[in-house]
Amino acid sequence: MAETPPRIAVRRTYKLYVGGAFPRSESGRSYPVTSADGSHLANAALASRKDVRDAVVAARKAFPGWSGRTAYNRGQILYRVAEMMEGRREQFAAEVAAADGVSAARAQELVSAAVDRWVYYAGWADKISQVVGGANPVAGPFFNLSEPEPTGVVGVLAPGGSSLLGLVSVLAPVITSGNTAVLVADERAPLPAVTLAEALATSDLPGGVANILTGRLAELAPPLAGHADVNALDLAGAGGLAAELEELAATTLKRVLRPGPEDDWADADPGLARVRPFLEIKTVWHPIGR
Amino acid sequence: MEIFEYAPAPESRAIVSIRPSYDLFIDGEFVAAESDRRIVSVNPADEEPLSEVAAAGDADVDRAFAAARRAFERVWSPLPGAERGKYLFRIARIIQERARELAVLESLDNGKPIKETRDVDLPLVAQHFFYYAGWADKLAHTGLGTRPLGVAAQVIPWNFPLLMLAWKVAPALAAGNTVVLKPAETTPLTALAFAEICQEAGLPPGVVNIVTGAGDTGRAVVSHPEADKVAFTGSTEVGRQIARAVAGTRKRLTLELGGKGANIVYDDAAVDQAVEGIVSGIFFNQGHVCCAGSRLLVQESIAEELLPRLRARIELLRLGDPLDKNTDIGAINSAAQLARIRELAAAGEAEGATGWSPACPLPERGYWFRPTVFTGVTQAHRIAREEIFGPVLSVLTFRTPEEAVAKANNTPYGLSAGVWTEKGSLMLWTASRLRAGVVWSNTFNVFDPASPFGGYKESGYGREGGLLGLEAYLG
Repeated sequence: MAETPPRIAVRRTYKLYVGGAFPRSESGRSYPVTSADGSHLANAALASRKDVRDAVVAARKAFPGWSGRTAYNRGQILYRVAEMMEGRREQFAAEVAAADGVSAARAQELVSAAVDRWVYYAGWADKISQVVGGANPVAGPFFNLSEPEPTGVVGVLAPGGSSLLGLVSVLAPVITSGNTAVLVADERAPLPAVTLAEALATSDLPGGVANILTGRLAELAPPLAGHADVNALDLAGAGGLAAELEELAATTLKRVLRPGPEDDWADADPGLARVRPFLEIKTVWHPIGR
Repeated sequence: MEIFEYAPAPESRAIVSIRPSYDLFIDGEFVAAESDRRIVSVNPADEEPLSEVAAAGDADVDRAFAAARRAFERVWSPLPGAERGKYLFRIARIIQERARELAVLESLDNGKPIKETRDVDLPLVAQHFFYYAGWADKLAHTGLGTRPLGVAAQVIPWNFPLLMLAWKVAPALAAGNTVVLKPAETTPLTALAFAEICQEAGLPPGVVNIVTGAGDTGRAVVSHPEADKVAFTGSTEVGRQIARAVAGTRKRLTLELGGKGANIVYDDAAVDQAVEGIVSGIFFNQGHVCCAGSRLLVQESIAEELLPRLRARIELLRLGDPLDKNTDIGAINSAAQLARIRELAAAGEAEGATGWSPACPLPERGYWFRPTVFTGVTQAHRIAREEIFGPVLSVLTFRTPEEAVAKANNTPYGLSAGVWTEKGSLMLWTASRLRAGVVWSNTFNVFDPASPFGGYKESGYGREGGLLGLEAYLG
């Protein structure tokens, strides 16, 4: 009797996440990704400037729909992301352990914290207006109300060194208020970002709300910072490029969240610190009379 | 109907004594500038010089920042909030007491009608100080922190000189910051009067420093290494330059820049009220208003009814002596601004739009521009895209609410918008889709210290006024 040959595992292809689809880079390029200890893990898509522009187009297209949803609905969808992540936590934990070079136990903690971060920001969605906005007691017969609105398309540079928790900690606060995002994953450790994209794609998040690019920060960040249809930037992972990117952003007067002290995104109760910078306040007046 | 003639009713300028020359206000004293450059401030209504002020140089700006830093560390930030607030209450009271004098001075230096300085600018200035005075000991309740940033570098425009000063200085001081403020080149006089008010209020030296000058002085102020925060109100182009200069520093920045506000009139609007709102939207302050309703979007079905009534109303506007209490439209602030308005109005004609102005006489001396309405304007025309900052209205039409919103948002700016309709649901639908920081529905150009003001997109970032106005000055 012949022996059954050992089964060959089906490996994953790590692709970009743009407009709800998983394209390879239009450039056809990829780059090898290694674990923290240097062993080869996989090839990731090496996104190009054109991929940045495509992602911005997808994000802009998704903006009216996403910002027009009720805050309750956005909160439900962010909670659904947490559910999807929880269901794939072993996969995330293995990838985070390899990417961040942490123990299996620490990787589990990081995944738990990332899942909890989605729950945290899911809960914020329908509370931001009441904390940030409200009625203004003007000295005249007017109804006067200030309401926060999302600023639009936000470019997000995920912090380095925390491939999943760091990324979630900067992405979730941007989209909970109704912004759409173009995120550049940690260049050195992009695989958990792609796995997150797969969770996002199965969590009712409309395509284009979160777009995730993998590749070289120095190649992707400048076209994102200079793009005229990007309204704001989170420079958390900008490193030494921060000043140059802020200057590019000035051309179209983008709102810029500068890199904070190291790991300033790590607080488990960050409040609105990463939400407020991506809000606009709209104040509506109407006379009161008969 | 017979129209009664108006008799001249000029406000007396005797209430103001303008010194022939002013020094800089640094560390609580008026001190001679090291720079020997001077600027003459003229009355735009007759081109006569009003006074001469210093153009502060780098050394002068250094001195102002040193004084502000000292005052921040030793006096102002350690002072209990309740005591800081009391100084601001004092300032508010003195402004009320000297309101008439300041209104006349503002009209002389700026050219805007006394009716506006007396009834709008000055009451709002005093109210702004009152409003923020009360916040000084309540910062812990803002949710925005309680720590001041340090020294604020503030540069303000010429269109509402003292009101813009109040918008900048009051929240900065309430939060515990000290300031170095540069008033506009063409309108420095009320800021210098404010310096005297600081002395009269006993404000500790160095808390407010005022350096007069032109663009060079402004650049020195916003790029000064001792500035912890930069706040600017003015053109989008200068705002961009400042944002570039601040990039990569630790300085915080807020910008209140240009606009091209859309004023949408639906076919069910109350037409008489809408006409009044259109007029105040574009002709208030000669249109020198960043949030002016400079693009009228009127629903096609009522354009033929609305436009003749608008023209009839504009024919009743009185243009002339800013100090006359009957005057609706005063002088254009400067020769340079008049040239810019003329250039854009000429471009409107050249590109195929049709201009109309009432046949009102213009004074022989001074800078004047008739209220002007352009019809036949398309979205591609320069007068529909560029901020004119003058009494020039561009009229476009639309058929559906979707088209109105698309046209209103078709601009890199996003400061203000107006909506005129008697249907509440349509008003709220429209307001929620307009990408603008202030939406006036069935009203226009109303302001209040409690109401946040500021723009989307290239109209800048940050808000002034209200609790949110403190965010720019707390760390």
